[in-house]
Amino acid sequence: MNVRERFELALMGIQHQLTELSELSISALEMACQALRTRDLNLALSVIEEDMHINRLEEMINDQAILLITKQQPVSKDLRQLMVIIKAASDMERVADYAVDIAKETIRIGENSPHIDLKNIEEMCHKTIQMLRSSMNAFVARDMIKAKEVAELDDQVDELYGKTVRELLQQSVNESSHIKVVSHLMFIARFLERCADHSTNICEHLFYLVKGEHYELNS
Amino acid sequence: MVQLATNEVKKGKILEVNGAPALGPKKNVFDTVGLDLWYGEHHALKNINLGIQENEVTAIIGPSGCGKSTYLKTLNRMVELVPIVRTSGVINYRDRNILDRNYTVEELRTKVGMVFQKPNPFPKSIYDNIAYGPRIHGIKNKQILDEIVEKSLRGAAIWDEVKDRLHENAYGLSGGQQQRICIARCLAIEPDVILMDEPTSALDPISTLKVEELVQELKDNYSIIIVTHNMQQAARISDKTAFFLNGEVVEFDETNKIFSTPSDKRTEDYISGRFG
Repeated sequence: MNVRERFELALMGIQHQLTELSELSISALEMACQALRTRDLNLALSVIEEDMHINRLEEMINDQAILLITKQQPVSKDLRQLMVIIKAASDMERVADYAVDIAKETIRIGENSPHIDLKNIEEMCHKTIQMLRSSMNAFVARDMIKAKEVAELDDQVDELYGKTVRELLQQSVNESSHIKVVSHLMFIARFLERCADHSTNICEHLFYLVKGEHYELNS
Repeated sequence: MVQLATNEVKKGKILEVNGAPALGPKKNVFDTVGLDLWYGEHHALKNINLGIQENEVTAIIGPSGCGKSTYLKTLNRMVELVPIVRTSGVINYRDRNILDRNYTVEELRTKVGMVFQKPNPFPKSIYDNIAYGPRIHGIKNKQILDEIVEKSLRGAAIWDEVKDRLHENAYGLSGGQQQRICIARCLAIEPDVILMDEPTSALDPISTLKVEELVQELKDNYSIIIVTHNMQQAARISDKTAFFLNGEVVEFDETNKIFSTPSDKRTEDYISGRFG
């Protein structure tokens, strides 16, 4: 008989909630990107409204993890499991906050502003969402090789961010009426770049969980 | 991993207190080298190699029957009370082998005191409990005995609670107080090492915390080896932890390491409560 069955069941429950939180956060980011692409202000609004559910879920994960630490007094890897779940939940909740920020910028851009080529930003959306999804898959599967591969993708997002900023600046120089939209898009690019950093964090949490040491996967 | 069997002086931490270097390298108080012990046919301790440093708290953990109490009782040769016991190997206490027949038990036990699981004061007054050891060692002067009693009770953090009732029977004290009386009785003979065999397992949580606090204070002047079933206690109060399993030392390392990233899977499973 596994004497820690109760602990492991509770841990599994919290892990499932983290997976649910991640899916909601990634989906919020997808919706925010779609709202930007299609200038769908209603969709942007729903991203903002849904955020409180994600916040509540993160609080629940924290509360349950703290309760489990208090009641079961886990040590070593068991304790690290709970610590990294708390940290990963915080990262994913932050991603949802950035989705809200993107949605707000989309609303500020509005329906009638001049159209600017979103190719780079769309690519950033695509890569960031892919990174987030892969990092969570690696985290759940405790797959360190996959986690390292995901963290390495962050360089691509950083490069793309630099390129996006340069091209947006150029556009605002060429066409002064675009300055307002460009400034909003610059923020959005920054938010996406930060989301990718959070996915690197999640990969690093996995390394800490398995190895008990801190690793900088993408410095 | 911490070097197990060694007669070398280990490099201790150089602590700085108020800017001045306080402690030099620590020495090993006990060096156990290749210790085997049998109860009749039962091989209870197998090739134990442990270096225990002075002025530290060393915790010994492990499931019931793993040999941890046997090992502790070997360190003051109490294990010899079992007629069928046989040992081989070396236990150096300050560089002298205590298993050597020339080493008398009396000499050893003035240096190595012991506190047991259940508080076991003598059915005498508090004062006489503490003065018992010094009297056996020939101290008769009342003033000196008074000083020893006060110093020992202060050392065991119980002086304030009993100073006005020193001549009352020690049985009238609470379990936690009785255990601290036993620690004071142990301190009265000014030992070098204090062995503790599950000293708080019969105590309530507050008394347990008092004894734990006391252990932390005592390590400045004594070396303490504690056997405990309470892993959180080992994590809280010890500097190093040895994990025993089936008569062997599976892992011996800094307590912080043992309870965060143990090297051996069996240690991880035990401290995580997956067996035992």
